[in-house]
Amino acid sequence: MSVFYNLDDRQQDILREVGNVGAGHAATALSVLLQESVQMSVTAARLCPFDEIADIAGGPEAPVVGIFLQIGGQMNGSMFLLLPMQSAEHLLHQLNLTGHEGLLFEELQLSALAEVGNILSGSYVTAISELASLQITLSVPSIAVDMAGAILDIGLAFSGDIADQAILINTQIWQGQMNIDGHFFLLPHPQSMVKLFSALGWDNDV
Amino acid sequence: MCEFTLPSIQESQLIRVGIAQGAIVSGPDRIGTTGLGSCVGVVLYHARKNIAGLVHIMLPQSPPNFSGNVCKYADLALDWLLDEFSKQGLRPSSLKAKAAGGAQMFSGSANSDILRVGPRNAEAVENYLRDAGVELVSTDFGGNTGRTIEFDLQTELLQIRTAIKGTYTI
Repeated sequence: MSVFYNLDDRQQDILREVGNVGAGHAATALSVLLQESVQMSVTAARLCPFDEIADIAGGPEAPVVGIFLQIGGQMNGSMFLLLPMQSAEHLLHQLNLTGHEGLLFEELQLSALAEVGNILSGSYVTAISELASLQITLSVPSIAVDMAGAILDIGLAFSGDIADQAILINTQIWQGQMNIDGHFFLLPHPQSMVKLFSALGWDNDV
Repeated sequence: MCEFTLPSIQESQLIRVGIAQGAIVSGPDRIGTTGLGSCVGVVLYHARKNIAGLVHIMLPQSPPNFSGNVCKYADLALDWLLDEFSKQGLRPSSLKAKAAGGAQMFSGSANSDILRVGPRNAEAVENYLRDAGVELVSTDFGGNTGRTIEFDLQTELLQIRTAIKGTYTI
């Protein structure tokens, strides 16, 4: 299992490449949806202790919109898109769905945000699937608005049965002059990482 | 002979426990943990001896022959915590407990067994404490909101902070 606790440079590169290709696809999909050009960049692709994951989204208590999808097929795990409140509001503004009180969104707004998450995650997963020649499926998205730490629990619980760390591929989105500042977290089941690395041409000792 | 030592009123400190971790404090320090979703935060305390311990558990039951971070699982984390109290000469029956968390943050069609991990965590904690003979004074389990908790030994109150439903104590 040591491979999960110490990624070497080559494995970090593979993870970053997965992130970049996924982000590229997702940016295209989001550009179409918003009818504006969108840029994305991978800011982190690494192993991350459970405690640090929420910090990347602004701390465990920061309110965020979280979209959660489960990954199935030849790879198991979960995927999150975390949007800070301001970014969620900006997206809703672009979609002409403004107006809500505090953390309470309307049903239609939540549904629209979940759909954005679905499109982005779908593009992301398709990229990984093509790159690694693995057949990967996605569940229907679930959405929640709450503290980042609380929202991430479920994904950590899912991969936490085996590991104390999760693999994090963090992506940021910029749209026009506004920073949408969305964070993608890919939490593959540790056993699926072996599959992913070997499908990407990394066979040594995994 | 201690007449002229510093007054006993000290600045109390908040000890934060991370996810899948545990810690023990003595008063006037407070102990807490942030961002509980499906996780459960369990506080065991002995008010007279001024000791409180907290574990932030993620999953209800450890796999067989598990050797790793014990504070991840309800059963092993509470074994560990009771052991820490027993080192202080405190039996389970002399302790009280308060617990919160175990929410189901997401509903939907994804694998329901995994989405239900919150309620299963809460149930595991309740069962464990009952079997161990620890009095579970109050709980705030379930629902679909995240919680940040903080326990104060001096008042024996567990403060619960939520993003949507405000702050309250149990």
